[in-house]
Amino acid sequence: MLARLLSGDMPRSRVLAAILLAIVLGLALAPVVFPGTRSLNVAAKVAVFVLLVASYDLLLGYTGIVSFAHTMFFGIGGYGVGIAMAKLGAGWGALALGCALALAASLAVALAIGLLSLRVRAIFFAMITLAVASFFQILASQLSAVTGGEDGLSFRLPELLRERLVAYYVVLAVSLAAFLVLLRIVNSPFGRVLLAIRENEFRAEAIGYRLVAYRTAANCLAALGATLAGILYAIWLRYTGPDTTLAFGIMIDILLMVVIGGMGTMYGSVLGATIFVVAQSYLRDLMKAASGALEGLPLLPALLHPDRWLLWLGVLFILCVYYFPSGIAGRLRR
Amino acid sequence: MKADWIPLALVPAIAIAALPLVGSAPTWVTLTVAGLAMGMMIFMMASGLTLVFGLMDVLNFAHGVFIAVGAYGAASVLTRMTHAMEAPTLASDLAAMAPAVVAAIALAAALGWFFERVLIRPVYGDHLRQILITMGGLIVFEQLILVVWGPDMIPLPRPGALSGAFIVGEAAIERYRVAAVVVGLAVFAGMWLLLNRTRVGLLVRAGVENPEMVESLGYRIRRLFVGVFVAGSGLAGLGGAMWAMYQEQVNAQMGAQVLVLIFIVVIIGGLGSVGGCFIGALLAGLLANYTGYLAPKLALGSNLLLMVLVLLWRPRGLFPVGRA
Amino acid sequence: MPDPLLSLAGVNTHIGQYHILQGVDFDVPHGGLTMLLGRNGAGKTTCLRTIMGLWHASAGSIRMDGADITRARTPDVARLGVAYVPENMGIFAGLTVEENLRLATREGAPDRGRLDWIFGLFPALKTFWHGLAGNLSGGQKQMLAIARAIVEPRRLLLVDEPSKGLAPAIIANMIAAFEELKRTGTTMLVVEQNFHFARSLGDTVAVMDSGRIVHAGRMDALAADAALQTRLLGLSLDSHQ
Repeated sequence: MLARLLSGDMPRSRVLAAILLAIVLGLALAPVVFPGTRSLNVAAKVAVFVLLVASYDLLLGYTGIVSFAHTMFFGIGGYGVGIAMAKLGAGWGALALGCALALAASLAVALAIGLLSLRVRAIFFAMITLAVASFFQILASQLSAVTGGEDGLSFRLPELLRERLVAYYVVLAVSLAAFLVLLRIVNSPFGRVLLAIRENEFRAEAIGYRLVAYRTAANCLAALGATLAGILYAIWLRYTGPDTTLAFGIMIDILLMVVIGGMGTMYGSVLGATIFVVAQSYLRDLMKAASGALEGLPLLPALLHPDRWLLWLGVLFILCVYYFPSGIAGRLRR
Repeated sequence: MKADWIPLALVPAIAIAALPLVGSAPTWVTLTVAGLAMGMMIFMMASGLTLVFGLMDVLNFAHGVFIAVGAYGAASVLTRMTHAMEAPTLASDLAAMAPAVVAAIALAAALGWFFERVLIRPVYGDHLRQILITMGGLIVFEQLILVVWGPDMIPLPRPGALSGAFIVGEAAIERYRVAAVVVGLAVFAGMWLLLNRTRVGLLVRAGVENPEMVESLGYRIRRLFVGVFVAGSGLAGLGGAMWAMYQEQVNAQMGAQVLVLIFIVVIIGGLGSVGGCFIGALLAGLLANYTGYLAPKLALGSNLLLMVLVLLWRPRGLFPVGRA
Repeated sequence: MPDPLLSLAGVNTHIGQYHILQGVDFDVPHGGLTMLLGRNGAGKTTCLRTIMGLWHASAGSIRMDGADITRARTPDVARLGVAYVPENMGIFAGLTVEENLRLATREGAPDRGRLDWIFGLFPALKTFWHGLAGNLSGGQKQMLAIARAIVEPRRLLLVDEPSKGLAPAIIANMIAAFEELKRTGTTMLVVEQNFHFARSLGDTVAVMDSGRIVHAGRMDALAADAALQTRLLGLSLDSHQ
């Protein structure tokens, strides 16, 4: 039964399975095991980012496409909810409308990007997605009447979701369900074709698969996943703004999570998101202590300064690209 | 082949088209000089990227780091030489700036050598890993810059003889901008001469088209790659130094701020084409300044629009080079 | 029998997961022109590229005048005196004819006498000396590609399908040029599908099929044996003019 739930994609490693189980249990029981608003925030962020990163893994790890537009779709989800709730009030209808419009908009944009630019080389595609994402960022900050500009939008949720615990479990449940759907997709015939295309596109094309169609489909699915993550995040934060969704820093974070966790494994995104979000919140305290202890020595305190935590993750990222292409998940499976 | 003059004509065309829109001639002059100066600096920052991509098929997403390092390097030297810049003559100011500029170029070039050797060489030919590795380099080196120089903005005084403006009729033309244009033209002329009148340039032009054939003719093209990469990084450092002195400050986001614009310019010009990059940069600079004055809300998006328009006209950029 | 200039033994080449060369053994004797024949996909181009170091042999050895060049990198193979004229000619379209030839001369400018000899073989190159190579016709590009290979004396010429896509009149021109080259004693290994071309110029011949050499010997012997031709190549050497 577990095999059916996970679409046959078992962790294939005792350690990995144990870690995943621990994470899932930790998230499910977070309000009880880790009481306090800060830990609940971390848990919710982990849930959202697992979905965000897993949808990116579909694109990068399984289809072999680097896109810098993922945060744009994340933002579309967030702004869809944000604008709807801020302008139309805190009702379920508004929420549903916001979600539906966000998903539809993302699908349309993903289709457009896919059909227009997936014919070109990887590098061009990456640059074009970067340009499109920048454009969207500019749009969001300029159309302040609608989007709240740099300050973003705060809003209230429908009655039921105002209870933090309810909101948390809704976010967690939807994220988990979406993750399982993604797992299903990558283990389906469609997913296998994606892998075949990534391995050897000439051969795949020769066999008769239309590359552009498959890649565009993958692009759209990934976009929808990111949009859903954006919707969930907005629901949790009761806020949407350029820095929580559209910042290029977040795109870099996603890359870090998916590579360190493990490209092309899906479970890697669970690992990566957890490690990253937890580190972002708690590692800095550790580094601060270490930095203080090394006071007076040259350079070292600066290197260990809590604001420099990205430096170390970046080094880990580079090591993964060279030596551990399947990240931590892949290593554990060995 | 007759010279493909249409792209060249675009530069004066935009300038002339802007005149009636701006209305006042003196303002137009100021904006045009500003636009050209900005274009020149962007050209310096972008030219290395386009050559590296054309020749080595490597797109370095961390290119902004060389710009930032150049800026910080120049700042480090300049802030230690403030006494020298109090003397108002042009010659003494240039003598004060020279070590700053040299430091910028040297530091950026050294970093470029490190990048090529350690990060990029292992992933030649693998575009996916290249994008990832250069992103990783971006993250790490951006942080290292913060480690070495700290997160605060460093103000840069502009040297005496280059601050202020000429007054021509009713127009105010900033001296520094003129200097930037002069330097930019010199760099472009130098690159053109190198590419078209030297053996090394011949190798680069041939290598951009078909590196395999160049190897088959007996040339060790790897050495050429390293040389071009290092030179490209040094140029970016020069651009960064000029940009920092223009903004009169250095901050950690400098590279990132200008990176999207550089990518746009490189795409507009055609990957691998120095001439295309030059024209693209001038167009971008002029456009940014004109729209900044006429329609500030549009300013940020105007260059993205320019890119889309150019690509609709010529899908591979203004002057496509070599392989598709 | 004198030692061959080039000697391949048990050469295997893998491209990705495809096993293209499956144990190639043959020799290219000094002086004279060796033809490498075979159907499409037999591995002829892969053979040349492996010799040139553009692709690496996964097994076997390649020796030139006794020296092992199996692991040598392309520029080093070229510096040993090997010139390569690829199937797509590999001329630099953005450079002028003059620049193309200048690149091919390792030291300084081409020797005047040598250039005059080349202009004698290929007059079009003199006419378009300062023109962009990209503007030349197909036949002229092929001539430029060959001119590049001979602008300095070389020990070995590797030529991949020189007559491909050329009009019969130009092919006749090409044959004349190759005959001149043979007179200078240059060793050549030429891949061809045009049997008329092959038969008029080849001294020795090697036939490839599915990554292996299935026949090697003198061209006149093969030309005289119609039954052997049909078996090896599916048709006789006379049938394609």
